[in-house]
Amino acid sequence: MTTTAIEVSDLTAAYKDKPVLWHVDMQAPSGALMAIVGPNGAGKTTLIKAILGLVRPLSGRALIYGKPYPQQRHRVAYVPQRSSVDWDFPTSVLDVVMMGRYGALGWFKRPGSAERRAALDALDKVGMVDFAERQIGQLSGGQQQRVFLARALVQNAEVYLMDEPFQGVDATTERAIVRLLQELRSLGKTVLVVHHDLQTVPEYFDWVMMLNVRSIACGPVSEVFNEQNLRATYGGKIAFLNGNGVGGVQDGYRPALSQPAL
Amino acid sequence: MDIGQLFHNLLFDYTLRTVALGAAVIGIVSGALGAFAVLRRQSLLGDAISHAALPGIVIAFLLTRSREPTIVLLGALAAGWAATLSITAIVRTTRIKDDSALGLVLSVFFGFGLMLLTFAQKLSDARQAGLDKFLFGQAATLLQRDVVTMATVGALALGTTLLFWKEFKLLTFDADYAASLGHPVRALDVLLTTLLVIAIVIGLQTVGVVLMSAMLVAPAAAARQWTNRLETMVGLSGLFGALAGVSGALISSAMEKTPTGPVIVLCISAIVLVSLLFAPARGLVWKRLRNFRNQRRIHTAPLQL
Repeated sequence: MTTTAIEVSDLTAAYKDKPVLWHVDMQAPSGALMAIVGPNGAGKTTLIKAILGLVRPLSGRALIYGKPYPQQRHRVAYVPQRSSVDWDFPTSVLDVVMMGRYGALGWFKRPGSAERRAALDALDKVGMVDFAERQIGQLSGGQQQRVFLARALVQNAEVYLMDEPFQGVDATTERAIVRLLQELRSLGKTVLVVHHDLQTVPEYFDWVMMLNVRSIACGPVSEVFNEQNLRATYGGKIAFLNGNGVGGVQDGYRPALSQPAL
Repeated sequence: MDIGQLFHNLLFDYTLRTVALGAAVIGIVSGALGAFAVLRRQSLLGDAISHAALPGIVIAFLLTRSREPTIVLLGALAAGWAATLSITAIVRTTRIKDDSALGLVLSVFFGFGLMLLTFAQKLSDARQAGLDKFLFGQAATLLQRDVVTMATVGALALGTTLLFWKEFKLLTFDADYAASLGHPVRALDVLLTTLLVIAIVIGLQTVGVVLMSAMLVAPAAAARQWTNRLETMVGLSGLFGALAGVSGALISSAMEKTPTGPVIVLCISAIVLVSLLFAPARGLVWKRLRNFRNQRRIHTAPLQL
């Protein structure tokens, strides 16, 4: 592989007294389409937020193309979990997508026709251009997700960090997102996706990180996405149909892995 | 008093004109900034800040022995700020959740304020200063220069809001995303909250610490009913606040011995009620009507086949 887009080394983060990430190492090569999988409470969202500087780690660091996030901000786009905002907020689809340009706009400048065009372009890519003037509260879950993706697209970033973009979306949206991910990969972008559906990992992604507070494995899907690592990640609460296929994951709670205490 | 006389007084009677103008200023500023507070789910923060202003007012008086509005407002501002900081500190360092922290700070500050007030009332010059009027407000004590001060401070607060419009909008909608774009969200949060404290402090003399939070929450709640755009909502909220302020001033002047602050609050409540019931799309009446029509269509549909 060529250069490293995202490098996390020895990252430890805690919520109150509970460790959420414990000495986590991770490397995403430039141009990788990488899934982050792990049970609930494994620290997937925290890892993304730590890379973005939204969570202050107790130790360790995360670098984007060799530099800390604040220096590389313009090269990174973030897609938060859909449920993290109030969708009854009085604003339109186009307005939300234009927010993706706010960082580049700088203080006191209002979004204008250039931002509008960029936003409409991005909406077109996610198949939502007809909804531009719609109030965001009138969208379905899948449509809301596509609006968030469009907002990240207008940032024109090189690295995309997406927190559960497939969560609760319809089949149309899932296909649209997959198409978008593949397009981003073909453009040489690096995409990190928090993902829940283990069955689609080999189909959608080429790299995978398996996380359960500690980093279990991180590498090409063909090399590390195997039964042994899955058992280590999900703690045996997983049923295997055969050697390769994975099914019936009981993904309800964090299994009793030995957990470090602070 | 007939309506014509009332409007004549509104223009030419010093007291009524001053009170109406003051109430309009309060309405615009608290309405506009209250919209942000409501959207950020900080309605209760406004209530805590306004109650917490009381000890600030009394301490400012005890220190200076003057009830110059500027001094009193500075005291209220400092106390409101201290309350906000305490709430943030409690939430950040303890396991107490923010609603409990709000309740704690509100009652501790307000209780302390009441105690100080009782103490201050024993001093002869304090009774003349009418500090107890800050509890429920007394619009009649407003002077023209008070209104000028309020309007100047209010205009500064609104101007700042316009200047940081896009940042405030993003902060309110999605703070994490704002941070990922490099916006200094904590500083913006402090700035927006400071503007909220200013909006509250402006209204204390007229509406009083107990009822002031209504001037923040009610116009915003009403405005949300009529629009799906933040720009319109903030503007409308200010307009509703001003409308309630002026009509409250007029009504209380037309009736003997009616306190202005509570009447203003009743006026804004009436606007909220009308908005909840009759606003297009969100109004309860139309919603009921739509449901009823749909029900009937569903029941008669088989007959039309």
